[in-house]
Amino acid sequence: MYEFRMPSLGADMEAGMLVEWLKHPGDAVQRGDIVAVVETDKGAIEIEIFVKGTMGKQLVQLGATVPVGTPLALIEGVPEEVARPTRAAAPVAPAVVAPPPQVRRPSPQAELRASPAARKRAEERGIALSAIIGTGPDGAILLRDVEQAGTAPVRRGLDLGKMRLAIAAAMARSKREIPHYYLATEIDMSAAQAWLEKTNAPRTPEERLLASVLTLKATALAARKFPVFNGSYDPTTGFVPSDKIHIGVAIAIRGGGLVSPAIHDCDTLALDVLMAKLRDLAARAREGHLRSSELSDATMTVSSLGDRGVESLYGVIYPPQVAIVGFGRPTRRPVAEGDKVEIRSLITATLGADHRVSDGHSGSLFLREIAARLQEPEKL
Amino acid sequence: MSRDELRELVIAELGRIAPEYDAASIDPNADLRDVLDIDSLDFQNFLSAVHKKTGINVPERDYGKLATLNSALAYLAKSSN
Repeated sequence: MYEFRMPSLGADMEAGMLVEWLKHPGDAVQRGDIVAVVETDKGAIEIEIFVKGTMGKQLVQLGATVPVGTPLALIEGVPEEVARPTRAAAPVAPAVVAPPPQVRRPSPQAELRASPAARKRAEERGIALSAIIGTGPDGAILLRDVEQAGTAPVRRGLDLGKMRLAIAAAMARSKREIPHYYLATEIDMSAAQAWLEKTNAPRTPEERLLASVLTLKATALAARKFPVFNGSYDPTTGFVPSDKIHIGVAIAIRGGGLVSPAIHDCDTLALDVLMAKLRDLAARAREGHLRSSELSDATMTVSSLGDRGVESLYGVIYPPQVAIVGFGRPTRRPVAEGDKVEIRSLITATLGADHRVSDGHSGSLFLREIAARLQEPEKL
Repeated sequence: MSRDELRELVIAELGRIAPEYDAASIDPNADLRDVLDIDSLDFQNFLSAVHKKTGINVPERDYGKLATLNSALAYLAKSSN
């Protein structure tokens, strides 16, 4: 028996509200399936499962807010060794005691006005009343609202006030605990821009690549060579490098706010795939419609203020990551080339890194590697 | 596509990208990216939508000609003829 738990979707998350079940008792589940939707400070997040089995009993009611780690449902038919991973080398591993399910009452379900038929139907369909827009008197939820909610299941959105609090908590922790050091270098983007112009010329707008895809891929490839910037740091166990390169991409939310969902295996993706993923991720981030793995898996972050922002940016590391790479706005500047002065398109790349894990020397080599990769855009 | 239809389409697509602004009431001669706070990805999404709905394929070298609402409408009107 495997316990499907409320995941931690970042250093700043303590609890989440269960708003929808997408799998029900008896349904087969596969690795990567979306099982539930949880409302967090970063919007309504689709929670994936990473085992194969059959959905068993659901342990938490819709509308309940529970802490990270709380079992949400039981998954049956999961082999014992998968359900309870043990460390062979550890003699007697201390039992991990799960926090008890702290279902808080009264739940938002009880506070909402809804007709008895609507309430019953919502329960049958596994939809939270709080996720349905009522069209009855004083916004009461009617049966027809529940039926319609079946086609557009969840009222999703972002609470920018809550998001600000979450950013404040994570960034304050970062600045309190992580001894940042910062480096900057100018990168000549002439070759990259010429290649982009040539590549994009025959394409329609929806097929074109943006420069940010090149900087993202160059950073991911450089991280392969410098694993000391790609992984997580735990004060008790130290730094653990990641063999995967999942880059968190900082996306500004309109009206204020920021989220950095991960693009998985960035170093292995073709530029067209990376562009499609970036476009999809930005759209979903702004709608408050991300997946759990995208919020929890990033191994480093890239922040880019784009072609209209500042010349350089110095980021704050998102714990437990150990590095953040920033790209500013490309600017045309004079550069001495031998005895001549040429006008080149330059971009300032910065690195904010954790001094507990790396030093400025390796940081400068890492930035140099990114710059070198951008001189050969056709190989990205 | 008539000029009025084009204007309606452009306003609707800009409104989809920047829903907190009323694209119909912005200064038509102000830089769209500044006044609507849109980035290069937003702008590309806007041009993709225009391409899908009108068939007008704006090349990258002409992006500067669509900097304001008025210049964008003029450019698209010319391209749709």
